[in-house]
Parts: sequence; structure tokens; C-alpha cells
Amino acid sequence: MSGSDLQHETGLQRQGGSPGQGTATVPTAQLAGLTLEDLRNRALRGGAKPRRYGTWYVAACKFRHQRTYIHTIIWTAIGTPLLYLMAMGLGLGSLVSANMGDEGISGVSYLVFVAPALLVTAAVSVGSEEMTYTILGGFKWNPIYFAMNAAPLAPVQIINGVVISVIARLTFVTTIYYGALLAFGASPSAWGWLTIPIGVLTSLGFNSLIMAYSASIEQDSGQIAMIMRFLVMPLTLFSGTFYPLETMPGYLQPIGWLSPLWHGAQLARSATYGLDESGLLIAGRIAYLVVLTAVGWIWAHRIAARRLNR
Amino acid sequence: MLRATDLVKTYGEKCAVDGIDFEVPAGESFGLLGPNGAGKSTTMRMVGAVSTRTSGELEILGLDPNDYGPEIRSQLGVVPQADNLDVDLRVRDNLLVYGRYFGLDRKIVARRADELLEFAQLSDRKTARVDDLSGGMKRRLTIARALINEPAMLLLDEPTTGLDPQARHILWDRLFQLKERGITLILTTHYMDEAEQLCDRLIVVDEGKIMAEGSPANLIRQYSSREVLEVRFGTEHNANAAKRLEGLGDRMELLPDRILIYAPDGETVLNQVIATGLEPITSLVRRSSLEDVFLRLTGRSLIE
Repeated sequence: MSGSDLQHETGLQRQGGSPGQGTATVPTAQLAGLTLEDLRNRALRGGAKPRRYGTWYVAACKFRHQRTYIHTIIWTAIGTPLLYLMAMGLGLGSLVSANMGDEGISGVSYLVFVAPALLVTAAVSVGSEEMTYTILGGFKWNPIYFAMNAAPLAPVQIINGVVISVIARLTFVTTIYYGALLAFGASPSAWGWLTIPIGVLTSLGFNSLIMAYSASIEQDSGQIAMIMRFLVMPLTLFSGTFYPLETMPGYLQPIGWLSPLWHGAQLARSATYGLDESGLLIAGRIAYLVVLTAVGWIWAHRIAARRLNR
Repeated sequence: MLRATDLVKTYGEKCAVDGIDFEVPAGESFGLLGPNGAGKSTTMRMVGAVSTRTSGELEILGLDPNDYGPEIRSQLGVVPQADNLDVDLRVRDNLLVYGRYFGLDRKIVARRADELLEFAQLSDRKTARVDDLSGGMKRRLTIARALINEPAMLLLDEPTTGLDPQARHILWDRLFQLKERGITLILTTHYMDEAEQLCDRLIVVDEGKIMAEGSPANLIRQYSSREVLEVRFGTEHNANAAKRLEGLGDRMELLPDRILIYAPDGETVLNQVIATGLEPITSLVRRSSLEDVFLRLTGRSLIE
């Protein structure tokens, strides 16, 4: 046994590996003899698929990640609507109805009033998880974005792939929620299913800027927790979710106007019970959400590119 | 295969790589040596078609990374300084997912993954969590991952830092096998024995500039003597002894704890030392190594 074989054995024993001989064949292509021209053509061929489908490869990886916490995804998707619709819609709702009548809030019961807004809020809060810690983590704690970029994937594809995986989860969450709305009889209109895309869009509009900011964090000193506490939480309370925005004092109402959550909730109400709003206003709300989404998304592209390719 | 001309990378005011030139033909094993902060990793990231150069020319596989980043990266295997395995995935899944980033067919990736796990001696750890692997195993998994696309060029940034000697030797053996298959290896290292083992040719970099270039043997010949005599007279007496020994050998270096005398034949010089009447506490004659070259070129002061 030669000296180097001896070292393999020692190494294996020390590391508890398989009792292999350290003589595995090399699983690589035989490259000796290829000209630079051959290698160059090999590269030009090799880049084609990642350029075209790279975004989907990233999304596939993120789906695998989501599979590792699939139980959380499923149970929060089911549990959240049940708990909120029961507590707010039925519990608090019976109190509201007792005082204001069954059609006391803009002509509908409290359950019907609050349900679409709860759906949108749930989408926003799931989005805030997936677009903050997941994004920062991929640069920092489990720096897979650098590994992806060392492979042929581009920063833009990485961000887009992550967003696709988020959209998938949001669609799942809002679909389940809409099912719960139907079960509770909280969506009288036939257009109620539109709350699914409305919830997804509102979540993206709300969270895209936060995603871009998360991508820029180099030193984590609890910024994301601060965002959750001082931005997401207050906006949930002041966005006309639990009561009409008009009932708040005038000086607090601008918070609602700026909040994507309010616009999303109002759109969802139009869908589930035909809240009386003009087409122009509806278009304006959608446009606002789309613009926020686009700005945050593009900003995130830039930050990712700067960070990965510095 | 790889050609850099007057390659520059600056970060704001700071110049990390300050106009370096080198060329690596296909199949060569090429090393970048240098102290911390010399610009090695920055160079590696530019060669990896990840970091964008500030100025100069860079051609990888005959392509410009500014225009053909994904194409070039499809032919590279990258082993970064800090492992960036996906800790949310199991060992084998790491290879499967990574293979897909190259657009490789699922079946092909699955077959290669199994072969590579064999090669990396990780077959019995397929379903282990990445965090449960030892440092050496993580390193081998990272190398296995870097080979999933059958790369033409492998970039290794300090591949064996932090590994125990056994793990290092297994790794060297594997890298040597890859080299035999015609893969071009580009590596940075702090370990001179590693550079002597693995590199056909290397450059010594300091402060973003190339200090020397050549094969390990040539560099030793050029910047050091064949042998080195190390003698100790005790910390307080070394300086006086050094004065009396002046003129012996090709070159002398006085260190706080010992005196180094560079000469073609160490034994002869040792006899000359004893003939002067001085009695060293310990003496050692050894072959000159790349470490002597390195320290001569980049200095002995601590760089942090």
C-alpha cells in the first residue's frame, strides 16, 4: 500500500466515510485534446438554456425550499381564515350587528364587510414573510444567490424566480381563504373569486419595496423585525381593514390612502359584495398597486445585481 | 483558455487588482499566491465571470465575460472560499438542484450526482443535512457540486483552508485526477506545499500586482537558493553571531529567533559556521521551498 493510499484510509476512518478505496473514477468529461474553439462553442451552447429558463430554475429551487416547510404553509393557510373569520366576523360581528343592525356597515353585515379585507391582510402578511427573511437569507445566512450566480443564473432571474415562488404561495393562500369566505357565506357576489388575484397583487404592491430593502441589508441588526412592527402592523390597523377608513379622524386617513392594503381591501370589497365605487377609482387603485410592485421589483433587480456582481 | 491583460478592479478609492497580466492555456493548473488582501479573491471573482472588471481586457474560453457571462459560467466549476451549499436541502438534493441551474436534463443530473457523491466519498451521506457534515465533507460536496456541469475550468479559492491533513490529501488526490482529465485548474492558496503539489505555474500577487511568475521550481531557483541552513544561537546572541557569519552563503536573513543562510549546499555552510568557532544550539539544513520565495517577495510583516 503506497503512502497516499494509507492517507486515504486514515482520512476515511477519521471522518467515518464509506470504506471506499479512494479510487473512484473521475465523473467528468474527457477534455484533453479539445481546442479553444471547441470549448468556446461548448460555452455558447451551454449558456442558451440558462439564459432562457433560468428564472424557472430558481423558482424550482424555491419550491423545494417551500416543501421543507410545507406543513407551515398548509396549516397557516387553513388556520388563519378559520380563526379570523370566526373571531372577527362572527364574534366581533355579532356585537356590531347588535348595535348597528344586520346591514349596518355600508349596507352589509360586519362579516361580509371585514372578510375580504382579512383575506387581503393575510396575503400581505404571508408576503412579508417570504419577501423579507427569504431574500436577506439568500444573500446572508444561506447565501444560495451567490451560488446561483456562480452558475449561469443572472441576478434578475434570481429575483424573478423568488417572486414566482412567492406568487405561487400567495395564490394558494388566497384561494384557500376565498374558499373559507364561501363557507362562511361572506362573499355574496359571483365576482368574489377576484379576491384571489387582488390579494396577490396587493401583497406584491405592499411587499416589493420591502423586498428591495431586504436585499440591500448587509448587516442584520433587526431591521426586518422593525419593519414588521412599525410598518406592517400599524398599516394593518389603519388601512380600513376592521372598520371603514372614513370613521377614522380626518388627519389619520392619509395613512390609509397611501397604504396599498387599503386599496387592496377596497378592491376586494368591490369583488365580494359590490362596494359602490366608480370604474375610475377602481382602475386607480389597481394602477397604484401595479406601480408599487413594478418600482420595488425593478429596484430589487438593481440591488441584487450590485450585490452579486460587485 | 484564460487571458487577462492589464486587469484592474477598484472599489471606490481602493484598488484591489492593479493591472495584472496572465495567460493560462487549457489543461494547466495555475495558482495565485499572495497574502490576505492581495487581490486573489477579487481576481477569482472576475475570472468566474461574476465580478465586473473596472478596466483592462479579460477573455475566458475565448469570450468576454461582460457579454457572455452565462455562457462562460456554464463551463466553470466554482469552489468559493466560504462554502455556500444550500443548507435547506439534503446532500444529494444540493447536487440535483445545482445541476438544474445549468439547464441539464434531470436524468443526467441524477446520474452524475450519484457518480460525484461516489467520487467525493459521500455516497452514504446522500440524505444527510448539510449542517451535519464535517468541514472536509462540506468541502468535498462543494467540489462535487462544482463538477456537476462537467466544467472545462475549475476555480478553487483556498480549497483546503481549515481542513485537517487527511482531508487535504484526499482533496489533492481528487484535484490531481481532475487535472489528468484535462480540466484547467485555477486556485488560490496560502499553503506553499499545496501550491508546489498542485500548480504547474503560479503568480505571486501582492497589493494587486504580480510580484513573480513561473513554475514552483523556477521560482525557487530564481528567488531562493537550493538549500537553506537555519541556525539558532539563542535570542540574545543571534545578532552578534550574524555579524560574524557575514559573507557565508548567497544571502543571509536575521530573524529574532534564528538566522537563515541561503546556499547551494547547506552542509558545507554549516561546517563553515562551526569553523568560525560559533556553536549553534540547533541547526537544520533543508531544501528551499516556495515559502522562502513567498516571504522574500511579500515580506515577513503581518498583513491583516
